[in-house]
Amino acid sequence: MDGVLHQVFSGIASGGIYASIALALVMIFTATHHVNFAQGEMAMFSTYIALTLIEAGVPYWGAFAITIVFAMVVGTIVQKILMEPLMNAPVLASVGVFIGLLFIFNSVAGWIFTYTLKPFPTPFGEGGPLLGGFFSRHELGSTAITVVVLFSVWAFFRFTSLGLAMRAAAFNPVSSRLVGVPVATMLALGWGLASGIGAIAGMMVAPIVFLDPNMMGGVLLYAFAGALLGGITNPLGAVLGGFLVGIIENLGGAYIVGTELKLSLALIIIVAVLTLKPAGLFGKVLASRV
Amino acid sequence: MQPETKLLEVKGLRAGYGETWAVHGIDFEVMAGRVTALLGANGAGKTTTLRAISGMVKTAGTVDFNGKSLVGMKTEAIAAAGIAHVPDGRGTFMELSVEENMKLGAYTRKGDQTAEFDRMFAYFPKLKERFRQQAGLLSGGEQQMLAIARALLLKPKLLLLDEPSFGLAPLIVREIFDIMRQIKDREGVGILVVEQNASLALDISENAYLLETGRIVMSGASSEIAKDEGLRRSYLGY
Repeated sequence: MDGVLHQVFSGIASGGIYASIALALVMIFTATHHVNFAQGEMAMFSTYIALTLIEAGVPYWGAFAITIVFAMVVGTIVQKILMEPLMNAPVLASVGVFIGLLFIFNSVAGWIFTYTLKPFPTPFGEGGPLLGGFFSRHELGSTAITVVVLFSVWAFFRFTSLGLAMRAAAFNPVSSRLVGVPVATMLALGWGLASGIGAIAGMMVAPIVFLDPNMMGGVLLYAFAGALLGGITNPLGAVLGGFLVGIIENLGGAYIVGTELKLSLALIIIVAVLTLKPAGLFGKVLASRV
Repeated sequence: MQPETKLLEVKGLRAGYGETWAVHGIDFEVMAGRVTALLGANGAGKTTTLRAISGMVKTAGTVDFNGKSLVGMKTEAIAAAGIAHVPDGRGTFMELSVEENMKLGAYTRKGDQTAEFDRMFAYFPKLKERFRQQAGLLSGGEQQMLAIARALLLKPKLLLLDEPSFGLAPLIVREIFDIMRQIKDREGVGILVVEQNASLALDISENAYLLETGRIVMSGASSEIAKDEGLRRSYLGY
């Protein structure tokens, strides 16, 4: 029983990472109806920036903050330069750019930082299992960070006028412009925010999986499965889906398919959701009267 | 405000989509504090004209607002300059609440909007009842009220209304036009209203222009046009 609980708690910890990336995916999907396949690689690249800063002697939390800002700026620039001109282009053009971005970030990271696995420090201290031995210090700390991030993002969208304008720009760009919302700026900010969230997830997962240019490949798949499971149109659903996938992955990996085949669970979830319930568990169908 | 100030002056306006023009060089003006109607059948170019003023379509010619050219400006900058546009289909933010829709209307305004919201509730008490509800669940008439409130919250000098009567029951239409009359008297905005329902539009407006396939075929005082039976029969169909 202890083993099961341990897997569940580990699942919550990695689920928080998936939930963050899933939220980043959903944010961009809501605004553009595209899935940013490069979301994970952008996060990985930011994590390397954090490592470079830390190795240069910057204290962890300083590097953490600088990295988030860096990631947001990169996200904003990528949207402005690459995605904005494609706003009215066919879907495949955007998909092509996303895949191109994925390879560019991956190979540039490999070129600059090499493909060797690198340990990434945790700010929460190494040893000492906590909460009755179910959580490692890093798992507990990273879960706390992701929960704070997710809550802050929710509060930002719910309570600030900038957050409202960003939601409006995503839902109804035409009406948004007519009330004076600069839609292009809002979309770029959305990319920046998504990229910042991804960077945090990258820095939280790196101490567990080690940092290398392919670090986020699996994470992105789990996150995508989480987003679909929760409902890709519903940010809260995607977050819950991310946590759920984390738990399923850990339990399934420990007791059903074994650790080597864990990633196939993500694919099974994706296929199952798309065939059985394409809207996802919490993907609400919007009621509207005309 | 002096009623005879030219708020909007349009000369030789051409507007269209992609390769084609839908509006072929029209002249008209909107006076401050007055209602001007743009009439015409489906496809005459009324909606395109409004979109051209708001910078949403390809535009050529002169569009001067308070003496300042709008051509080439971004839609959001035109809105911030004081032109509120209620688009065809009402432009409701369906996924958001009535409250959030109204907040977005006041997006370009800074500071506390409580007093402004209360002013809108005086015109449209139903919006107060439905304040917390999802706007997509409102009836068509309520959405039209919300759209007008959203536009007024921008504190515009010029209000563009695209078919406020569209798809609404006659009773609701009458209610909305009654409120529009109050708005016209109290808010001092210039209003440019596009309508297929010519009798309603002539009734509420001081001046009217009649569009046919992208050209103005007739213009004048609304009361004169409403009196001219031949004109009414041949162009306005009532």
